Amino acid sequence: MNEKIAKTAIYAVLVACGLFMIVPFVWMISTSLMTQSEFNKHDSVFIPKETYSVWNDGAVQKRIIHVTDEGDSSVVHILNKELRIVQEYVKVPKSQVSVIRKVPSLHWENYKKAFTKVPFATYFANTLFVSIVSLIGVLITAMLSAYAFSRMEFRGKEFLFVLFISMMMVPEPIYLISSYVLLDKINWLDTYQALIVPWCVNIFTIFLFRQHFKSLPKELFDAAAIDGCSTFGLLWRIILPLSKPIIATASIFSLIGSWNSFMWPLVMTNRPSLRVLQVGLSYFNQEASTQTTLLMAASAFSIIPILILFFLAQKQIIASTAKTGMKD
Amino acid sequence: MKTKWKASPYLYILPAFVLLLSFRLMPIVMSFVISFYKWTIVGTGDFIGFENYVRMMHDAKFWQSMTNTFWMVIMVVPASIIFSLLFAVLLNQIKAFKSMFRIVYFLPFVTSLVAVSIVWKIIFNEQTGLANTFLGLFGIQPQGWLSEARGIFEIFFTSIGISIPKWIAGPSQALFAIIIMTIWKGLGYNTIIYLAGLQNIPKDYYEAAEIDGAGRFKQFFKITLPLVSPTTFYVLMMTTIVTFQAFAQIYLMTDKGGPSGTTNLIVYYIYQKGFDAQDMGYASAVALVLFIIILSLTLLQKRLEKHVNY
Repeated sequence: MNEKIAKTAIYAVLVACGLFMIVPFVWMISTSLMTQSEFNKHDSVFIPKETYSVWNDGAVQKRIIHVTDEGDSSVVHILNKELRIVQEYVKVPKSQVSVIRKVPSLHWENYKKAFTKVPFATYFANTLFVSIVSLIGVLITAMLSAYAFSRMEFRGKEFLFVLFISMMMVPEPIYLISSYVLLDKINWLDTYQALIVPWCVNIFTIFLFRQHFKSLPKELFDAAAIDGCSTFGLLWRIILPLSKPIIATASIFSLIGSWNSFMWPLVMTNRPSLRVLQVGLSYFNQEASTQTTLLMAASAFSIIPILILFFLAQKQIIASTAKTGMKD
Repeated sequence: MKTKWKASPYLYILPAFVLLLSFRLMPIVMSFVISFYKWTIVGTGDFIGFENYVRMMHDAKFWQSMTNTFWMVIMVVPASIIFSLLFAVLLNQIKAFKSMFRIVYFLPFVTSLVAVSIVWKIIFNEQTGLANTFLGLFGIQPQGWLSEARGIFEIFFTSIGISIPKWIAGPSQALFAIIIMTIWKGLGYNTIIYLAGLQNIPKDYYEAAEIDGAGRFKQFFKITLPLVSPTTFYVLMMTTIVTFQAFAQIYLMTDKGGPSGTTNLIVYYIYQKGFDAQDMGYASAVALVLFIIILSLTLLQKRLEKHVNY
């Protein structure tokens, strides 16, 4: 019995906390489906609803927008589709006027409106291009260097590895200003390479690959070497096929990282045609600051690709986060 | 047998090395150098020695952003640790729906900071936001949130009729809104790390405690809390370092660190000085101060890690 109460309490707390975590998303979706005036009226918080008044005088039901109280009766304005007053009735009994809340009318057109208001298609394309090219870069540089660090002996190996790892400790804001100066000097500001090349290396991925390569049995390499397999052949034909899971994990994290990266592209690019999704969204946040419903729609569709990736690979993402403490 | 390598290992390191040298190491060194210059966006600067640093010492806005950042860290880190440990411990005791809860908690962590900042900005809207709707359920007056510059302790004590001195007014309510959002964003990550930490505690400890008649709470304080302390230490350090770098929330949710600069955090201040005011030398000097703080924290972590581990 005691056990049962404890379990119920545990679930109650978990559900309450779960609501705190998920409600912002739910509210984002529901707001994105309301009209702006509906949202501003703040009649219903979660379920998009249309509110309007109806005058039913027994004979015919009329939809009206404007009702004014005048003592015991109401003044009713009948409006046309353009919201212009077409008729006015005075001394309408209050009992004939009622407020109707219709559920639900979902305004999916908000998504279309938000998507076409600014060139989000371009932003998506830019983000996809930048994410994929830098992912390829990250995988190549990490593969090669991790291979050397894990399977080869050479002078300065320890020093180089420590140098690599210590650079991982330096967060982006520290070198943001100087990177801007550097990219300015080499005329890379406002180019795709500014968004891609500096992010074609990821120290954590090198570290991850090195750990994995080290865990592969030594006999495998010796046997391959005896068979006359070249050093690169070893990497390409033996190690690569054995590393698919770790490559998948690293790719997912790299994609999430570059999809969500904001500060760097914000600073390094200026041309609207070069904007990545996060930067485009932040400009939209300034331009459409009063159009709450469109902002919510834009936020929603900007996270959909990552959500899909997350749901497809959530087991792997959560497991590797737990194992490695991978941060992005 | 020793494997004979045909190609030079350096060739394999080269691509990563060149990129790291040019786009990490060099900018880090440059950042140090630029901080001694008066440097605007175009061209090169004039060497001015320690002038940027001297200026910083007398810059009220710098100190305000530092104070704000410390408030942020002091409130985000403990709250995040307590809640994520609570989630993890509870999650660890259930079987049904466990993975569903995990997904829900982890969701904010994978979504972009830009998108969720926009959502939270609207949540904290004074008239139509969800936060005030929620408070309304308990009969609490609508709050100004992101537009409220008064400190949260000041607001609380004023509401019960006590006036408190300015220096304990606390972070502004606007910053407090940012703090809530930041805790929300990182909670899932810490929960997952804690869950992994809890897996490492041998089950027999709990079984033995059960036989000895120790209740859930006693088990938590006598077994879980001490044994999970290496994880707590890791979470503490990671959350602190990450919180020091908060930027997007400020950029998207506030009006340039307002109201009255009460949400201006150190990284946002670097951005403002570097790109709005085009005072890159000064911005680099501020960045260097941040670097020293984060470096000390990292070194402290490395030093203490040995003592915390079991």
